[in-house]
Amino acid sequence: MDRSLYVAMSGASQAWDAQTAISHNIANSATVGFKATLVEAASRQVNGPGLASRVHSVSQSPGFDSSGGHLMHTDRSLDIALGDDLWLGVLGQDGELAYTRAGDLQLNALGQLTTASGLAVSGEGGAIALPPFEAMEIGADGTISIVPQGGGANQLVVLDRLNVARFEAGSLERGADGLFRPAQGVEAQAEPGQVLISGALESSNVNLAQSLVQMIEQQRRFEFQIKAMQTADENAQRSAELMKLA
Amino acid sequence: MTSSLWVAKTGLDAQQTRLTVISNNLANTNTAGFKKSRAAFEDLLYQNVRQTGAQSSQQTQAAVGLELGTGARVVATERNFAQGNLLLTENPLDVAINGQGFFQILLPDGNLAYTRNGAFQLSSDGQVVTDSGYLLQPGISVPQEAQSLSIAADGTVSARLPGQAAPQVLGSLQIADFINPAGLQAMGENLFLESGASGPPQAGTPGLGGLGRLNQGSLESSNVNVVEELVNMIETQRAYELNSKAISTADQMLAYVNNNL
Repeated sequence: MDRSLYVAMSGASQAWDAQTAISHNIANSATVGFKATLVEAASRQVNGPGLASRVHSVSQSPGFDSSGGHLMHTDRSLDIALGDDLWLGVLGQDGELAYTRAGDLQLNALGQLTTASGLAVSGEGGAIALPPFEAMEIGADGTISIVPQGGGANQLVVLDRLNVARFEAGSLERGADGLFRPAQGVEAQAEPGQVLISGALESSNVNLAQSLVQMIEQQRRFEFQIKAMQTADENAQRSAELMKLA
Repeated sequence: MTSSLWVAKTGLDAQQTRLTVISNNLANTNTAGFKKSRAAFEDLLYQNVRQTGAQSSQQTQAAVGLELGTGARVVATERNFAQGNLLLTENPLDVAINGQGFFQILLPDGNLAYTRNGAFQLSSDGQVVTDSGYLLQPGISVPQEAQSLSIAADGTVSARLPGQAAPQVLGSLQIADFINPAGLQAMGENLFLESGASGPPQAGTPGLGGLGRLNQGSLESSNVNVVEELVNMIETQRAYELNSKAISTADQMLAYVNNNL
């Protein structure tokens, strides 16, 4: 039996995986701070007797597209947009430090600063808790200052500073929970100075037009693979006919 | 195998929810004291199909793995408690809070609810009530012969009675604030309820301790920005269309297999 059927199948399943990744990107085109997943195909040769033509295709994701999204001004005091290559430290479900670009922060009943999904935002020494306040401001360098309840505008108190770290492209990996963690051997570099714009959010960096084109491309690739499978099937039928007794 | 279809479906669901939130904001552009919401999205779990760094042979490691995402979901609807514009109505029972705080309203079931809508009315027995007839707390009773009613910035309510030179103090309004107003639970009728996320209410005199001051004769308008909502609506619609395009593409791919093999 011709192994070309299997080679074509690996190509089709790779196209299907890529389509899943593209669907995921499109589904997250409105997720604040989302980074598009990248998928590529790699060749994997199967050695053995016969012609060396059995090169299967496997999917792999070289990570994510770390380019920035565009800024959306919201004028909400708890919304922040980080500068290029800067990441906000949050405490993941396991209590360990992880990083995100999503800056739509919230307060919970205890006055803790959290992400939209309720994970505590990390300050210079763990989670950030705010006492009752009249006004709150996140400065461009990530410092959180408040006017305490009952205080005047001249009694601004600096509470904490957001934990913002710089990571070069490719030094972070996305975990199953959608948070980013440093790759092996990479140390977080705390970033001094101006790190964010408050009152703005970073949109998803998914390029919808590009996703649409990729989607069409993967669809056609998939169809070519099916065509090859069809041909392999026809070849097999013909050889079966040859073997028939007249 | 049908993962692509399901991933795109989560996107459709999320965009649909977002459109509902936007529609609700737009429907309430003229609701006094209304606070706009926003749908916050999150990416769903990632499947590690092939682990990065796994051994690809005894000497080599796979430099990259394969992680496939499973879509998006709406994780929260964040309410934005930014101040709305103050509209001058010159109605003595219209009160706006300029700053933080909520009027306290007694519900028929005995619980307290909170509102920013200061359009009050008088009930048949002279009590100050909301449009729905719920009592304002602490209760203010206006005598039938009162000729004019004034509400001071600090909540003191006084009325001028016939034959009296000095106005008579009827009581004082208190407003309440929360550490996390965004965590309040909306119950409709412009009312919010205390929730586990909002923290307990802290009532006080308007103008003191960080609470806003009262403005008689004006109402706080809805803080919905119509232009912003329209832009969001266009964005949502296009994202919805692309998600459905992803579904139809996956469908066509499967149909192609069915028809040609």
